[in-house]
Amino acid sequence: MNDTILEAKNIGKSFRDPVTVQVLQNITFSIRKGEFVSVVGKSGCGKSTLLYILSTMDTDYEGELLIDNESMVRKNGAQLAKIRNEKIGFVFQFHYLINEFTVLKNVMLPGLKLQKYSEQEVEERAMQRLKKLGIDSQANKKANLLSGGEKQRVAIARALINDPLIIMGDEPTGNLDKKNSEIVFEIFKEISVEFNQSLLIVTHDQGFAANTNRIIEMEDGRIIKQ
Amino acid sequence: MNYKLIAGIARALLLARWRQTLVAAIGVTFSITMFIAMLGFMTGLNKLLDGLILNRLPHVRLFNDVEPNKNQPINTAKEYKHFHNFIQSVKSAQSRSEIHNSATIIQAIKADNRVLGFVPKIKTQVFYNDGSIDFSGLIDGIDVAGESKWYHFNDYITAGRATDLNNVSNSIILGKAIAQKLLADIGDVVQVTSSKGDRMSLKVVGFFQSGILDIDKVQSYTSIATAQKLLGKTNSYITDIQINLKDITQAPAVAKEYVALFDTDAEDIQTANSQFETGSSVRTLISYVVGITLLIVAGFGIYNILNMMIYEKMDTIAILKATGFSGKDVNLVFITIALSIGLFGGLAGLFFGYLLSVGVDNIPFNMSGLPAVKTYPVNYNPVYYFIAIAFSLFTTYLAGLFPARRASKVDPVIIIRGK
Ligand SMILES: Nc1ncnc2c1ncn2[C@@H]1O[C@H](COP(=O)(O)OP(=O)(O)OP(=O)(O)O)[C@@H](O)[C@H]1O
Ligand SMILES: [Mg+2]
Repeated sequence: MNDTILEAKNIGKSFRDPVTVQVLQNITFSIRKGEFVSVVGKSGCGKSTLLYILSTMDTDYEGELLIDNESMVRKNGAQLAKIRNEKIGFVFQFHYLINEFTVLKNVMLPGLKLQKYSEQEVEERAMQRLKKLGIDSQANKKANLLSGGEKQRVAIARALINDPLIIMGDEPTGNLDKKNSEIVFEIFKEISVEFNQSLLIVTHDQGFAANTNRIIEMEDGRIIKQ
Repeated sequence: MNYKLIAGIARALLLARWRQTLVAAIGVTFSITMFIAMLGFMTGLNKLLDGLILNRLPHVRLFNDVEPNKNQPINTAKEYKHFHNFIQSVKSAQSRSEIHNSATIIQAIKADNRVLGFVPKIKTQVFYNDGSIDFSGLIDGIDVAGESKWYHFNDYITAGRATDLNNVSNSIILGKAIAQKLLADIGDVVQVTSSKGDRMSLKVVGFFQSGILDIDKVQSYTSIATAQKLLGKTNSYITDIQINLKDITQAPAVAKEYVALFDTDAEDIQTANSQFETGSSVRTLISYVVGITLLIVAGFGIYNILNMMIYEKMDTIAILKATGFSGKDVNLVFITIALSIGLFGGLAGLFFGYLLSVGVDNIPFNMSGLPAVKTYPVNYNPVYYFIAIAFSLFTTYLAGLFPARRASKVDPVIIIRGK
């Protein structure tokens, strides 16, 4: 049985400016459906860099990345964009929302892009997710009027809109106070258990990591424990 | 491609920066307004000025000219057959300016279905006599009805009636400047002498003013019958046949054909008046150049605003890309922004351009030679409106091209890391 949804094979990355620095080496691991994985490690060890590669936004690396058993290596920009849209939900440390749009429209945007559901269905799905995260009352507010914790929940709702294979987060609680961090963690935990959603979350929060299914520990661009 | 979504994003970005967008659109509006008003005015003026001359000219004119004899003896010498021979020992014959067989020619022209209309004419040189003074001039014997119909003869009669040429025997319509020289008024009798030396008294029934002084100083009109009487000719005598065609562009071809067919000379309007075409096209060219220059300036405005927008909206672009929008989608968003500035600015420009044209059209303009013209001439040809909107879309598209390409190349990793 093969329920592996993401597989990194010997991934390496180096920056060439001004001198060549090897930031990632021999990164090999895989994530199965429904796993809640956290990535920890000292600042500067390459966690974000790895996440950008895994999310297909960074294409300049060595080794091979498979998502849904499909190699990402020889795909063009448009194909990768489609995969990001369909299969990956991303939550950033700084709640990246589009301020010109309402909360609801922000959540709907990747769904409208996917064109799998009609506009009305996408709206219903967005409302369901907002309700699930307890921010449906804010749906018609402009995104920039929300608090940090609320924004992060909207970002999670947006990541969920297309039922992605995996949700990736780069320190999604890094910019939140303790209470909001806990709320966000609870949400992750809930969608992991309830929807069997796979998650890959980079975090500095030991307590957060300890409560996940699996911890990948990194140091100086390598995985030292998983 | 989900164009509705792309347009929605473009709209949101536009509205977020509506002040700058408005300024950019006003730039386009201004240039299109000027473009429309200038072209309308310039081509209106062109039409008027061309009309001043071209309206009165036949598309094809048949006549007999004095020419050197083409059959010079040297050409018959076998050894010089393929040479260019300069020796012309047979002088030009005193060829008659009469068109031979005019009745048959007229029959043939009538039968030709390319011909819209034609009028026969007698052109002759005369002396106007005033006491002891003689001065030379021209008299055309014309078919008044035909001449009015095809060459707007009526429009240039400033006093009296054209039809009186037919109603009053031995009558004449004098060029305005001639009348002033002769101190002649309507009802007076003037003396003219034909080139053969025959004198005739003609009664003035009207004045004629073309607006071109050189013509008004020499030209007068009588009926064909009066001209034949003055010259002592029979009633089949005519010197010119003026022909208007259904399609003016065929004039050179028809002229060539008639030369061979009727053994007369023929001149087409394009050959005879190429200088007017040049004047018109230069004026039109100037209007285009000014309009396009304005548009290019407006284009730079749009370019700047789009660049600014891209710098400000880097985050938005990064989010769009991270959530699955491709470079092509982002490119399309910014092209849409540019084109909608061009479209709405351009449409407003068409509207204001039309208003400005109407304004110009109402400015009083009195030209002494043209009693029919009361205000500045304006051309409302819809073709210019199409050209204007096409230009505005094209320039804004060009202005959007590079910023849009830059936006599509934004690397979301750099933006996200930069936070
Ligand atoms: N564009 C770049 N050019 C050169 N070096 C870079 C570039 N981007 C990142 N680095 C380097 O790569 C290393 C890994 O950076 P990365 O952001 O992945 O670390 P991180 O583990 O996410 O750290 P943190 O926990 O502080 O977020 C760092 O040493 C960083 O200086
Ligand atoms: Mg990081």
